[in-house]
Amino acid sequence: MPLPAPNELIDRLAEQIRPTLTPDCALIGIHTGGVWVMEELARRLGGELPCGSLDIAFYRDDFSRIGLHPVVKPSHIGFDIEGRRLLLVDDVLYTGRTVRAAMNQLFDYGRPAAIRLAVLVDRGGRELPICPDFSGYKFDLADDRHLSLTRDAAGALGFVQGAA
Amino acid sequence: MSPNIQLNEDGSLRHLLSLDGLPARILTQILDTADGFLSVTEQEVKKVPLLRGKAIFNLFFEPSTRTRTTFEIAAKRLSADVVNLNISASSQSKGETLLDTVANLSAMHADMFIVRHSSAGAAHLIARNVADHIRVMNAGDGRHAHPTQGLLDMFTIRHFKGGFHNLRIAIVGDILHSRVARSQINALTTLGCPELRVVAPKTLLPHDVEGMGVHVHHRLEDGIKDVDVVMMLRLQNERMQGALLPSPQEYFKYWGLTPDKLKLAKPDAIVMHPGPMNRGVEIDSDVADGKQSVILPQVTYGIAVRMAVMSILAGN
Amino acid sequence: MKIQIKNGRLIDPKNGIDAQQDIYIAAGDIVGIGNAPADFHANRVIDATGLVVCPGLVDLSARLREPGFEYMATLESEMRAAAAGGVTSLSCPPDTDPPLDEPGLVEMLKFRAKSMPGPRVYPVGALTWKLKGERITEMAELHEAGCVAFSQADTPILDTLVLMRAMEYAATFGFPVWLRPRDAHLVKDGVAHDGAVAARLGLPPIPVASETVALATIVLLMKATGARVHVCRLSSAEAIAMVRQAKSDGLPISCDINVHHLHLTELDVADFNPNCHLYPPFRSQRDRDAIRAAVADGTIDAICSDHAPVDDDAKELPFQEAEPGATGLELLLPLTLRWAKEQRCGLGQAVDLITRRPAELLGIEAGQLGVGAPADLCLFDPEAWWQVTRKSLHSLGKNSPFLGMELQGQVRYTIIDGHVDFERNHNNA
Repeated sequence: MPLPAPNELIDRLAEQIRPTLTPDCALIGIHTGGVWVMEELARRLGGELPCGSLDIAFYRDDFSRIGLHPVVKPSHIGFDIEGRRLLLVDDVLYTGRTVRAAMNQLFDYGRPAAIRLAVLVDRGGRELPICPDFSGYKFDLADDRHLSLTRDAAGALGFVQGAA
Repeated sequence: MSPNIQLNEDGSLRHLLSLDGLPARILTQILDTADGFLSVTEQEVKKVPLLRGKAIFNLFFEPSTRTRTTFEIAAKRLSADVVNLNISASSQSKGETLLDTVANLSAMHADMFIVRHSSAGAAHLIARNVADHIRVMNAGDGRHAHPTQGLLDMFTIRHFKGGFHNLRIAIVGDILHSRVARSQINALTTLGCPELRVVAPKTLLPHDVEGMGVHVHHRLEDGIKDVDVVMMLRLQNERMQGALLPSPQEYFKYWGLTPDKLKLAKPDAIVMHPGPMNRGVEIDSDVADGKQSVILPQVTYGIAVRMAVMSILAGN
Repeated sequence: MKIQIKNGRLIDPKNGIDAQQDIYIAAGDIVGIGNAPADFHANRVIDATGLVVCPGLVDLSARLREPGFEYMATLESEMRAAAAGGVTSLSCPPDTDPPLDEPGLVEMLKFRAKSMPGPRVYPVGALTWKLKGERITEMAELHEAGCVAFSQADTPILDTLVLMRAMEYAATFGFPVWLRPRDAHLVKDGVAHDGAVAARLGLPPIPVASETVALATIVLLMKATGARVHVCRLSSAEAIAMVRQAKSDGLPISCDINVHHLHLTELDVADFNPNCHLYPPFRSQRDRDAIRAAVADGTIDAICSDHAPVDDDAKELPFQEAEPGATGLELLLPLTLRWAKEQRCGLGQAVDLITRRPAELLGIEAGQLGVGAPADLCLFDPEAWWQVTRKSLHSLGKNSPFLGMELQGQVRYTIIDGHVDFERNHNNA
């Protein structure tokens, strides 16, 4: 089924988030798609929002089944998260396991005042008690389908769907 | 005769025994993963849950507190359970063979052995004789290989020089007895370093070392001219005086790296050393502590590289 | 016991025979070739169709591990292995524990060997007491006890003066001295050929000079003492060239090689297989090719197995700690045949190198099939392939670089002194 363009969804997200921003907010994107969304959000939200990125490869719960993710990117949070209100950003929310891993990892950086979750698309299918605070688009996608965000050489975002 | 014992059928890494014969894609994968682990040091809790519940045995048949500690820290930062065993030559002489020891420890549900041994090929022997699920990492076997040291050196070079394709590199010192040098040479030739030199007196060079893809220089001045990286090797005490070398003083005079000699290298050349250093024998303190020295970063990167190898092996 | 062997291809290099002929055996001797003697009624007829019938193999070096190393192998097991390999005479080096440096030890070994089926055993006595290289042994007494030559096995004499005296004393009686060219200082803790592979694997190297320096000493001392020397286990092209020169200078020198060195090189060590840890080490391909050519042109006088059964505990170790040596009695024939095939030499030449020529070096009557000669024979199928496995080897030593590989040429019958000491059924082979 056709989805709205990612940029349109990011616009929507930014509108939802803007009224909730406080000076102690910071954005954390989850590699790889979440970081792209975060970068776009940061531009739209303006100001000097601190941004960080997480690669949750070391916190995944499926290591013993499938091993280490073949491509691991460095995580980087260049500010102290202690007492901050963090907005965790990802592209597609599905089982919730990635968000679980990201939160565990965040707590290894310190104790944030709050974590809220913003996702571009919520495709349903949750396996953990996790619920987004902001989502650009919500629909149910069958388990045998795959959905992900891509970015081309020119920096344009798009969705890819297919068999899982 | 046998296929590469280090690789699984799908080409992924099974054991890390030597860098000889490992394809560039695997070396690069390890370095990339190590980049990820380096960022873990930013965290307040410098530890990830990846290897929770895994048992890693440090099997040191040759004592080395320093090396053992780096593996221990790496394993602990991955949340693995670490057991240190220093197996002296005397307990080996009581009749229990190397393979007996390994079989006993396997029965204690080990997931990984980190092996240090004074004989070349010891890690290969163990890898050939362990159960399917057990992984073996070589932490130094005789003069043969010290693959994680070689990898952390590659990580250091890539970090400071951005890659390998335009570099001129010199390895200086006791090549003959050095497992570190062999691993460095294997890695650098695989990763595409276009000019690799070894610098040593003839007594400290193996015959046919050119067959490994290096250029031989006997004079330090010739060997480090215009290089981007100088990799110094440690000279063992027992080799400083005898039939290999006349004295540490003469060695320092002709092959020791001093600030003056370092000027022959490129101005932005980096200086590396696997440690522990013999100041005033192979390296002058002014160089070791100078601004071109990257010896301490090497140690830091060593932890990340070992974490990377452990988690790749445990996951494959 | 009277035996007729019919329809076989008889190969007897000494008597220049390579033809299909029957052979007749009675009372331990060969009594007829081609035609049956008058009134010959065989108790047993062996149909050797498709088989080669040749003199029993003569092996210049096989360790039977007794006395002293029974945990590695026993006299009984290795005698059986010899018979299974078609070997009917062998000489054993003195590196037992205690070494063969006293007549009583030699007599005991000969007596024990005689009491069981298997080949005739010709001990090589120790050249120096305890092989220590200090005091020469009672060579004349040892000779009377049955020693055919004197050697240091793998332990070189460090003191060149002692070596010269030992050679002089042996020369007094005309006893042959068997020496391995090995400079102990140059070998030191070395375990692999000083070449590209040792450089890459970080294995302590053994330079070719360790062989040539020792050989030069031996050759010069031969000139000084007049001793007759058999040089054991050459491994390098340079050493072969030196022996060739010494022979053309008219020195009474002979030499042999370990059959494994016809086939393997330093590259076979590349995965640290302890079964490829031998002394001397497998050298470069150039050396291997020189050995193959020197065997073909006769510079190398004989091929031996240098049989060294080693137990698993002493082999399943890191390469440099593993006990050197390979089990060889059962591989001598197939590996020699393989060389002949690859070198395009005839079967006759191959058989000659493991029968008549070593017998001549030992000064024994074996190695030929003339009428009146002792009935020591080997019947083998030159076409049959067999796999070298722990199970297929009779020796207690399972240490072979060829483990798991298929080799061509399989012994079917071994007849020693007119008795069938070994036979392999086609079915349960």
